[in-house]
Amino acid sequence: MSTSLEAFASPARRLPGDLAMWFFILAELTVFALLILTFAVAQALQPQLFHASRQLLDSSTGLALTLSLLTSGLFAALALEQVRQARASRAAWLLLAALLSASVYVLLKLGEYSHLAGAGLGIEHNTFFTLYWMLTGFHFVHVLLGLLILGWLAERCRRRAYGPDNCSVMESGVLYWHMVDLVWVLLFPLVYILN
Amino acid sequence: MTIMNPHLKFQSQAVAKPYFVFALMLFLGQILFGLIMGLQYVVGDFLFPLIPFNVARMVHTNLLIVWLLFGFMGAAYYLIPEEADRELHSPKLAIILFWVFAAAGVLTILGYLFVPYAGLAKMTGNELLPTMGREFLEQPTITKMGIVVVALGFLYNIGMTLLKGRKTTISMVMMTGLIGLAVFFLFSFYNPENLARDKYYWWFVVHLWVEGVWELIMGAMLAFVLIKVTGVDREVVEKWLYVIIAMALITGILGTGHHFFWIGAPAVWLWVGSIFSAMEPIPFFAMVLFAFTMVGKRRRQHPNRAATLWAKGTTVTAFFGAGVWGFLHTLAPVNFYTHGSQLTAAHGHLAFYGAYAMIVMTLISYAMPRLRGLGEAPDERSQTIEIWGFWLMTLSMVAITLCLTAAGVVQVMLQRWPTDGTALSFMSTVDQLAVFFWLRLVAGLFFLVGLLCYLYSFKQRGRATARDEAALAVSA
Repeated sequence: MSTSLEAFASPARRLPGDLAMWFFILAELTVFALLILTFAVAQALQPQLFHASRQLLDSSTGLALTLSLLTSGLFAALALEQVRQARASRAAWLLLAALLSASVYVLLKLGEYSHLAGAGLGIEHNTFFTLYWMLTGFHFVHVLLGLLILGWLAERCRRRAYGPDNCSVMESGVLYWHMVDLVWVLLFPLVYILN
Repeated sequence: MTIMNPHLKFQSQAVAKPYFVFALMLFLGQILFGLIMGLQYVVGDFLFPLIPFNVARMVHTNLLIVWLLFGFMGAAYYLIPEEADRELHSPKLAIILFWVFAAAGVLTILGYLFVPYAGLAKMTGNELLPTMGREFLEQPTITKMGIVVVALGFLYNIGMTLLKGRKTTISMVMMTGLIGLAVFFLFSFYNPENLARDKYYWWFVVHLWVEGVWELIMGAMLAFVLIKVTGVDREVVEKWLYVIIAMALITGILGTGHHFFWIGAPAVWLWVGSIFSAMEPIPFFAMVLFAFTMVGKRRRQHPNRAATLWAKGTTVTAFFGAGVWGFLHTLAPVNFYTHGSQLTAAHGHLAFYGAYAMIVMTLISYAMPRLRGLGEAPDERSQTIEIWGFWLMTLSMVAITLCLTAAGVVQVMLQRWPTDGTALSFMSTVDQLAVFFWLRLVAGLFFLVGLLCYLYSFKQRGRATARDEAALAVSA
């Protein structure tokens, strides 16, 4: 107990990444929280409609999406660890792996979107699908931004721009990516599973 | 500009002065036309056919936009050199553009007043590229093109200053806001035949200005003045600015959806608009916290009390006007009844005054004493008169807002709510609201008194305050 308290109080303990990124994440989470709340309230008001509409989604696709994002998050975290140990080129490869894993998510999601659109289950179909498209679409845009960030970080790592004493930007980027992960972990059960 | 002004860090900042002076002249014009309209609400044929209601309204709203643009430009010319730590790229260009913009503005307003609108459209060749006839964007196409030219020259001027100089968060945010202002104005040139589609693009100008990029401009101006009057570290101020900007953009851009209710747009906008705009008060609340925290942490007692009061006042009034009064009718189920009612007018008045009129006056209050060579602050007497102006205008605007809110509630009850066939027609409803409109007119007169008070506060002769002479002696 005392050691953990000491660790907490030690001057070496600092906030990873830029404070502004934390503020940004807080703001983003607020928006997602309101979206999730809206979904939950709408489901409580129309339980049958939500139950029936959810059957039209493939939950195994949802699971695959979740796994690809989580794997990508793991690679990003490992990359940061490598940067902290001054092994930037290894970090660049790990970031590339994160990028590939996230691309699997993008491809699967695009496949799902085109399948739903083809089946006439567009954003105007019913309340469930309006909210499905809004929530996952808003998240999808964040994933696309994340791809850009991961690619940019990989390039910077390849050029050895970051090191153990200079990794705040890298931390901020990875923090953003974990936020995108975290939100999806909440969205997956909410949209695909919970009845 | 031949005489050195010791109170300016860079002499080229002086070009801001004509912009501020002209902005305040137009502001006075806006208020006079507001009073004419206020009376026309209850005495319908007042000044008819000399100045019909639609013309008075057009002049009132267009003067508002133009004086705020003059204010923003003046603010940029004042703060960009100081932030970039170098002289303005071309003071001469700034002065030329001032005269071009002022002449175009005056000619356009005279056109509104002395030529029937359809005649003005014909005279200016509107049929070649029809852009006229939409609220706030009534300017003849040729004036719109002039605005684009002035904006390009202006952006070039401050952009070059910034590129060659120091880049700070404040100047980058200001620049982003001003570029956004120019870019979104371009949608005013697209005017589809289909009215529902036209509304999309129209709101891309109007909404993405006031609930998007203008918030960046406001944030940057506020941060600049707060650094100056409190002496708080730039780093602290910049963190706040990041949060405000992020929240403004996340909520504001998709919040555009709240204008697409019941106009023939897809129903998904009911959800998008309600959810995202419900969070639009957050950046305004962050600005309130920002201003009061910074003033609380201040490292010095700035002699310009009035500027500090404006800085705090603009955040609070903007939070109520834009944030709270916006939220009142932004949720789709509520807006179903309140869409385009007097509640919208109540929100519009307090939001424009609180967020944008007041932030421009905040910067004028801070910069004008220096631009006039008076020092850091005008003398005590002038400041007291200015503070009277602040309270008279602000409280009158609150009174106007409350009158219009009451009128809006009664309007909804009489005209929108009843489903059993007892709902009144629009004109019968307006007759019932006369008492609120009379009260609003009285509040408007008090606003004019406040504005005159404020303008009178500039009367001080050009002589530095004792405190400032001492400061100058020390620095010398």
